[in-house]
Amino acid sequence: MSNIITDETIEYVSILAKLDLSEEEREQAKKDMGSMLDYIDKLNELNTQGVEPMSHIFPVNNVFREDVLENGDDRDNLLSNAPQKKDGCYKVPKTVE
Amino acid sequence: MDIMSLTALEMGRKIKNKEIGVVEAAKAALDRSEALESIVHGFVTLDGEGAIRSAQRIQKLIDEGTLTGPLAGVPMAVKDNICTKGLLTTCSSKILYNFVPPYSAQAVLNMEKAGAVIIGKTNMDEFAMGSTTETSAYGVTRNPWNMDHVPGGSSGGSCAVVASEEVSYSLGSDTGGSIRQPSSFCGVTGIKPTYGTVSRYGLIAYGSSLDQIGPVAKNVSDCTAILEAVASFDKKDSTSVLRENYDFSSALVDDVKGMKIGIPRDYFGQGLDEDVKAAVMAAASILEQKGAIVEEFDLSLTEYAIPAYYVIASAEASSNLARFDGVKYGYRAPEFEGLHEMYKKSRSQGFGAEVKRRIMLGSFVLSSGYYDAYYLKALRTKALIKEAFDKAFAKYDIILGPVAPSTAPRLGESLTDPIKMYLGDIYTIAVNLAGLPAISLPCGRDKKGLPIGLQLIGDCFKENNIIRAAYSFEQTREYERPEIAKEERR
Repeated sequence: MSNIITDETIEYVSILAKLDLSEEEREQAKKDMGSMLDYIDKLNELNTQGVEPMSHIFPVNNVFREDVLENGDDRDNLLSNAPQKKDGCYKVPKTVE
Repeated sequence: MDIMSLTALEMGRKIKNKEIGVVEAAKAALDRSEALESIVHGFVTLDGEGAIRSAQRIQKLIDEGTLTGPLAGVPMAVKDNICTKGLLTTCSSKILYNFVPPYSAQAVLNMEKAGAVIIGKTNMDEFAMGSTTETSAYGVTRNPWNMDHVPGGSSGGSCAVVASEEVSYSLGSDTGGSIRQPSSFCGVTGIKPTYGTVSRYGLIAYGSSLDQIGPVAKNVSDCTAILEAVASFDKKDSTSVLRENYDFSSALVDDVKGMKIGIPRDYFGQGLDEDVKAAVMAAASILEQKGAIVEEFDLSLTEYAIPAYYVIASAEASSNLARFDGVKYGYRAPEFEGLHEMYKKSRSQGFGAEVKRRIMLGSFVLSSGYYDAYYLKALRTKALIKEAFDKAFAKYDIILGPVAPSTAPRLGESLTDPIKMYLGDIYTIAVNLAGLPAISLPCGRDKKGLPIGLQLIGDCFKENNIIRAAYSFEQTREYERPEIAKEERR
């Protein structure tokens, strides 16, 4: 394996990904990510100098529309899926001390 | 007569002629699904009450003459990553175990307008990440042709329930082959439309630049009718494309004279199963006998599609799946200290291994210092792959090849080696990167009796070329049903 994923990298990536991995999952993730990156490194065989990165396959750029309100207040309906709610709002743990 | 053995259009005609009632059809589908669920397990949710209610409503509309479409009243199923208002939609993930969408996907609204009766939501790989339907949090689906084998994935449930005749047709979604490969493994027909043809509004996103919803059915005519019903320009999806042409059924013509068909040599190299190769080449010579001009060519770049795909799809997934944080819907961890721990624990307990693997990879390739080397490199590769297809379509009307290197693997064989599993997508993935339409239809069976699929790829917006070729080929063979579909119904 040429890509060695360190503990620090896994720690950093799991912070970005907001995932709390168990010890076992971490070890597996190091192995999996290393072998995936080895495989992905195959792309380096390709000369892509001067090639524009393509995100959309059609020449579509920004899609605009008039800022007109079309949907009504769907609050109760939307809140029906909330794990916790209070007074017509989503309830989350305290965020500011 | 067993009405579930009919095709969707045949059933639609009988409903129109009052030979079959809409409620009767829905009941037949529900009875059959309930009877087979313990064996096939193609559904996450069956909605008996809802189906009967909508069947009664649709019968009325047909009787009034308001609903006249060819699919009106026909029972169908929807993949569980497509939102259905008021009906549980889990993406086969624990993190959405209780999610009841407050709205329906545009694709679902379009099908309802066409008179679809939704029987239930079909099983899939969690968040459509996988090729076997084994990463579902709600158990594996079995291949109706052989219960020891997988149905393929990620739309494994959608394809299995069509093959076992639990419903007449279904909707799936295809990000890297997720309609075509399970269609191939289950011996049914599926279309991945040109990117932007079917609205993604209400399709729970995996790789947004690659995802497309499409039909799964018993034959090309059914798929074409479904595609006509489901396709629409939708301003709620900023990647939706207003097409010049939404008429696909005029392509149902048994004639390929003069059609130029290219066979990529790159698709017939190492790793391709002999039986698959033989069946696909036999299909090519049938089309040639019917007057098509068949030629081999080098497509090039084939081996770069998979690594580019996994960078792009994982990157998009890591961003798309950031919304699952235990705040607005879905699973929230029971115990945590503070907001960030709530996010982390809810996600870590809610997502399965394959989803975490892709979120981690995606977060990595997008992180500062790696973005250029991985993410932009993959997008540049995508541009080259698109260019290779453009060159091919300057010479050929369609490209013909296998759907997958082998037939359906046995249950439990694939998940141990992710890269090996990813390699199974080699013939389907480039199509998504280039936004092309493609169809998978049965073309034979291997020594074990498992179905083999033929893939026909068209240029963007040229669905009609692949539909015409597929329809012409289909006229040369009978639709094959698995034993379980033929069994006497209780």
